[in-house]
Amino acid sequence: MPYVLSIVTFLPLVGAGLVALLAALMKGDADRRVSIAKWTTLGVTLATLAVAVGLTASFDPSNPGYQFVERAEWFSGAGYHLGVDGVSVLFVLLTAFLLPLCIVASWRSITDRVVEYMIAFLILETLVIGVFTALDLFLFYIFFEGGLVPMFLIIGVWGGQNRIYAAYKFFLYTLLGSVLMLAAMLYMAATAGTTSIPELAAYAWSPAVQPLLWLAFFASFAVKMPMWPVHTWLPDAHVQAPTAGSVILAGILLKLGGYGFLRFNLPMFPDASQMFAPLVFALSAIAVVYTSLVAFRQTDIKKLIAYSSVAHMGLVTMGIFAANAQGLQGAVFQMLSHGLISGALFLCVGVVYDRAHTREIAAYGGLTDRMPWYAAVFLFFTMGNVGLPGTSGFVGEILSLTGTYQASTWTAFIATSGVILSAVYALTLYRRVMFGKMTNPAMATMTDLDWREVVVFIPLIIGTLWLGFMPGVVFDVTDASVQALVSNYTAAVGG
Amino acid sequence: MTPQTIVTLAVFAPLLGALIAGLTGRRIGDKASMAVTTGLLFLSCALAWTNFAAHAWGHQENFLVELFPFIQVGDFQSTWSIRIDALSSVMLIVVTTVSALVHLYSWGYMAEDPSKPRFFAYLSLFTFAMLALVTANDFMQLFFGWEGVGLASYLLIGFWYQKDTASAAAIKAFVVNRVGDFGFALGIMTVFWMFGTIRFDELLPLWGTVQGEGWSFLGQTWSALDLAGFLLFIGAMGKSAQFFLHTWLPDAMEGPTPVSALIHAATMVTAGVYMVCLLSPLYEHAPIAAMIIAITGAITALFAATVGLAQNDIKRVIAYSTCSQLGYMFFAAGVGAYQAAMFHLFTHAFFKALLFLGAGSVIHGMHHEQDMRNMGKLARYLPITYAVMMIGTIAITGLGIPGHDFKFGFAGFYSKDSILESAFAAGQHNPVGMFAFIIGLFAAGLTAYYSWRLVFMTFHGKAKWEHGDAHHADDHASHAQLETHDEPLADDHGHGHHGHDHKPHESPWVMILPLLVLSVGAVASGFVFWDFFVGHHEGEFWRGAIFTAEHNHVLHESHEVPTWVLFAPLVVSLTGTAFAVWFYLIRQGLAARMADNGGPLHRFLYNKWFFDELYQAVFVRGAKGLGDLFWKVGDVRIIDGLGPNGAAWAALKSGARVVKTQTGYVYHYAFVMLLGVAGLLTFALYAWG
Repeated sequence: MPYVLSIVTFLPLVGAGLVALLAALMKGDADRRVSIAKWTTLGVTLATLAVAVGLTASFDPSNPGYQFVERAEWFSGAGYHLGVDGVSVLFVLLTAFLLPLCIVASWRSITDRVVEYMIAFLILETLVIGVFTALDLFLFYIFFEGGLVPMFLIIGVWGGQNRIYAAYKFFLYTLLGSVLMLAAMLYMAATAGTTSIPELAAYAWSPAVQPLLWLAFFASFAVKMPMWPVHTWLPDAHVQAPTAGSVILAGILLKLGGYGFLRFNLPMFPDASQMFAPLVFALSAIAVVYTSLVAFRQTDIKKLIAYSSVAHMGLVTMGIFAANAQGLQGAVFQMLSHGLISGALFLCVGVVYDRAHTREIAAYGGLTDRMPWYAAVFLFFTMGNVGLPGTSGFVGEILSLTGTYQASTWTAFIATSGVILSAVYALTLYRRVMFGKMTNPAMATMTDLDWREVVVFIPLIIGTLWLGFMPGVVFDVTDASVQALVSNYTAAVGG
Repeated sequence: MTPQTIVTLAVFAPLLGALIAGLTGRRIGDKASMAVTTGLLFLSCALAWTNFAAHAWGHQENFLVELFPFIQVGDFQSTWSIRIDALSSVMLIVVTTVSALVHLYSWGYMAEDPSKPRFFAYLSLFTFAMLALVTANDFMQLFFGWEGVGLASYLLIGFWYQKDTASAAAIKAFVVNRVGDFGFALGIMTVFWMFGTIRFDELLPLWGTVQGEGWSFLGQTWSALDLAGFLLFIGAMGKSAQFFLHTWLPDAMEGPTPVSALIHAATMVTAGVYMVCLLSPLYEHAPIAAMIIAITGAITALFAATVGLAQNDIKRVIAYSTCSQLGYMFFAAGVGAYQAAMFHLFTHAFFKALLFLGAGSVIHGMHHEQDMRNMGKLARYLPITYAVMMIGTIAITGLGIPGHDFKFGFAGFYSKDSILESAFAAGQHNPVGMFAFIIGLFAAGLTAYYSWRLVFMTFHGKAKWEHGDAHHADDHASHAQLETHDEPLADDHGHGHHGHDHKPHESPWVMILPLLVLSVGAVASGFVFWDFFVGHHEGEFWRGAIFTAEHNHVLHESHEVPTWVLFAPLVVSLTGTAFAVWFYLIRQGLAARMADNGGPLHRFLYNKWFFDELYQAVFVRGAKGLGDLFWKVGDVRIIDGLGPNGAAWAALKSGARVVKTQTGYVYHYAFVMLLGVAGLLTFALYAWG
């Protein structure tokens, strides 16, 4: 299929236009308008998924370079430039995979401004996929920063009580990083005379400027990950976001930071990466222990899972800057796996929130009696979250840690304690929500999963198990690109 | 069927059963779920014995079935596979035999439970994970099985999830095991970077090559193999409930009794011993790590036996007994007698499963009473259970006729004596062996005492259940700390068919039959298999599955110890028995009075050396305190206070009405972003346009 990347990137945007158009045509009939918007959106996201699957299937895993490249010069040096390698193609797939699930999960729970909600998600999908397909500095910047606008709207319009504070916090953090990254991009474009990411990666940045450029990018990506200590926006954003917003936030938006490290920091500034690796290791190790302990003490389910995300992302950052095959594969795998598992966990929260309208852990308890299937699903993803072998969570974790061990035994040692701490907070949460006797009379009418919820969870369960037992399906695709990353890095730092 | 097909079916049959019962249990019903899981387990058991027979008597070669790739990144190569050698063949029969019998037994024991499909699915799932563990050919599959059995254990301990104590015990088991896995995972990483592989077959020739070399870890240089061996052993300590990481095992008794027999006595808890034996080529080259194993094992054997002396819950006594026997296995492995460790693992599986299931029969017959102080005189009411418990007790106390040329006794006699003789033989070369021998000998006396105490309190003496509930108050008053461990079925289960007199009753045949089969094992497994495991044919039997270095002659020398060493365990254990007879048969009530007066020693033992209190104070409260500190001070006050909230406060103060509309920020943000894009564009146009 020619222009397949343009199609997969902009199909949702076209869909958004279509939804808007249909809604405008049907002004009179509100119910029909909403129903058409939902079905159209679902159709568009499924079509996008089909294209993404086709894209991945026709991707040549033996080629470490960019594939399906599209390039049109706008003006000399800068242009419309798309392409995917073994890493980004899977993030495109992950995004396209999660979006239809988000739409189905929102089917009943969103009742207010449904048309706008659907449009926001479609625009968001285009912008996020664009981040992974863009090979031009410009384009990347537009997608990267632009994706946050619909996310803001999703939190700000369809969010909870305290959404203004959450949005504001998000804004402050992100602003700081963006400004620095923009400055670095301007400098790079001026110095190298190109805005093409592959060409910038091939450019030999002098060791003198590498640290500053590295730090500028780091500032932006560290906030997105988020890394400790710039993580405090995440729990608030999650708490305020609607369920599907949390799924996208945890499942995809958090991966933009890791992806940025893989695309910019590591390949473009290898010397600086080596120099700052101890800093990254320190922050990552702190993140694992610190945020796990904080997660343990949370009283709000969503906050607990949000903090656990920060801990899991700590493993990603240390794996990336370990810069060996195990570390990088582990980091990429951990990001994909976390996309499935944390997305599913937020969906699990959504199930009980839709019924009981509270996120307070203490309000729950003893749900297993009334919700046996839900108990099984929630337990499954809890085990994925604690990295039980057989789920995808384990593979990413053990590889990141193994990779890190070679670079720094201290970091690996501290971070491995995460296997204990994750069990502590995740199982405590599960116990307090699911086990015991049901004491809260408000819970007595809770019903088990309905078929729509089952439809949402089944693909996630299959994905988590599939990646957990046969992680080779991922490594086969990423291998050549990661190998290239490792060998370029090793050559550059003279190791 | 080829040997490959046989073992593949044996491993996957329990998984199939678990999936059928777990996913379709409510549709196909209780009976079908039970029949499918139990049937498949017996099939698996038959296949495992076929494989064992082919190995032991048919001289089948070791082989490897490779199924499909697991984690393969660079040199980190793991494949789902089934490794068949003497070690895994032994473990296959132990696991499937006990599991099949426990499945059957549960038909009776769980008859009144409303969630039977779930229970049988968990049991079968456990069995599959355990089989994956013992047939692993690399560390990743081993870890999969290792944590998989941990998951099953968590699910089964918390099976009665409405009970608070059960769900607390489930978490405790999982978390303490994870503490072990923390060391285990680090050990695997160390091995990987040391040798560039995690496959056992590739590691086998490599272990010796780094002997004496250093390895840098946490800024220190360590003896490479000792470090790897020690880290891996931490995992074994968690799984096998060794000293410091033992606290989860007694609490695990919250699970239904068949679970305690299968997981927390016969199979899962022995995984640590199995791993140490599997890695014998490592430990043979790691003298310091082996020494740590021997010392830890000996201390556990003694510690758990002392605690077992003072417990009143019938299941807890057996749990501490398990803990203690695992200690024996570890110090055997630690002094280099891996074969003796495996032998004791093998015989122990039979008699300990027997004791647990026997205790289950007592609990069932006593209508869910677990406190031995409320039992007594049960021999008359549960004659078959009494008989099999006697067999189990004779087996664990190691009664038998020792001798160099001729010896005869029940299962535990062969294996425990082999361990003590090996420790003594090792003690001729290093003090650790002698330490283990002396401690093990002493603990054998304690074992006899607490084991017979259990039998006497339960089956002999006055019937303390006859006069209603009045005694409850007395006993509980004198033991304020006593927790109630009765299983929660008691209230809602109608005893119509038992009659209303609440007399203890013998169990149905589905429970008796497994007890009888296990009794055969408890009687004969030592006598029949002694020659294979540790006797004159051990070399042919193990065929390289256990590695002993050239300088290791412990097993050989254990056959040539002085005669007094052969008789010492018997004398010590008879002494322990005599004490139990004195306190619980001849001078009945004396022990209870002594306990009531509660000297400090009794309190210390009754409270399990106060480990739970210590860990609660240090780790649980420590984690809570740190979590609160990081959250409320670190995140809220410092990070948010200096960062976004500080800025927000400043913005509000200065009168800027930034917080007025929810979408205000989006506009600000979009504006900044557009500025950025515009800036970049302008710049690009300027530069190259």
